[in-house]
Amino acid sequence: MSDETSLFERDPDQVRRLHGGFFNAIPHSRELGLEVVDMGPGWGVLKVPYRPELIGNPTTGVLHGGVITSLMDSTCGLAVFCRLPRMEAIATLDLRLDFLKPAVIGEDVFARAECYRLTRQIAFVRATAYQRDPEDPVATSTAAFMRASSSAKKPFPPREGQ
Amino acid sequence: MTAMELEQIVLQARQQGDVAGLMAHIPYARLIGMDMALDESGNPRFLLPFQPKNIGNMALPALHGGVIGGFLENSAIVHLMWTRASTQMPKTIDFCVDYLRSARAVDTFARCEVTRQGRRIAHVTATCWQSAPAEPVAVARVHFLLT
Repeated sequence: MSDETSLFERDPDQVRRLHGGFFNAIPHSRELGLEVVDMGPGWGVLKVPYRPELIGNPTTGVLHGGVITSLMDSTCGLAVFCRLPRMEAIATLDLRLDFLKPAVIGEDVFARAECYRLTRQIAFVRATAYQRDPEDPVATSTAAFMRASSSAKKPFPPREGQ
Repeated sequence: MTAMELEQIVLQARQQGDVAGLMAHIPYARLIGMDMALDESGNPRFLLPFQPKNIGNMALPALHGGVIGGFLENSAIVHLMWTRASTQMPKTIDFCVDYLRSARAVDTFARCEVTRQGRRIAHVTATCWQSAPAEPVAVARVHFLLT
């Protein structure tokens, strides 16, 4: 078991600064319009604003499951970053989504993810997607991530002033 | 678009073998830029040409895991619409994706198999790869509600 204190608890501003803008720098997150709403030690909340380009079913206007998959993957990743003791590259091992009910057409979708267990190698995460009421989810998700997954030297793009 | 219009599009696409025609009506498929063709055996083969906007990790670089997930789920949806009797979009009940390799910034392919189709539920598996089918980048399975 890993009991390393999260970087978020030691330096929340640094994590907020890194990840607040970080998702906007990822091309596909920008393409979907993902926005960071909130984050805390081991958890994060993202939002995807409704747009006609994201529709999966042209007869109903419901968002494509792939949009929710990207939202969940990104939110789970954010939760892991907010739980890690230091900045590391991570990679999704697997992701499961249960689509509990169709999202209301035209309304934004939020996702809240929590990294509920961190080992030396693996991070376990669960998440819910909702619209107006977090207690009334449209989808739930579980995911596992690998830690320190990347062979790349810099897991994050260089940023000005750092 | 009404359900009847979609039915016409699906029927017409099947009759004319116009595989791309179906994809063009799914906004999300256009967004990620996916396409479909038929292989030698007449089975749908899905293509996700590389586009910089699908990148999720700029350091590697690698495609976004969500794009791979969306590509596989949409492949399964269209595969089912192409091969089964019904002409409406199946509803995804649940979806599992296992990421086996980093998806590099190159073209990605997928194929699907209907493992089981009952009266109400279909189980579809989808595999995607880049350099060789024997080296899958991700595998997924989807449960669909067919009503």
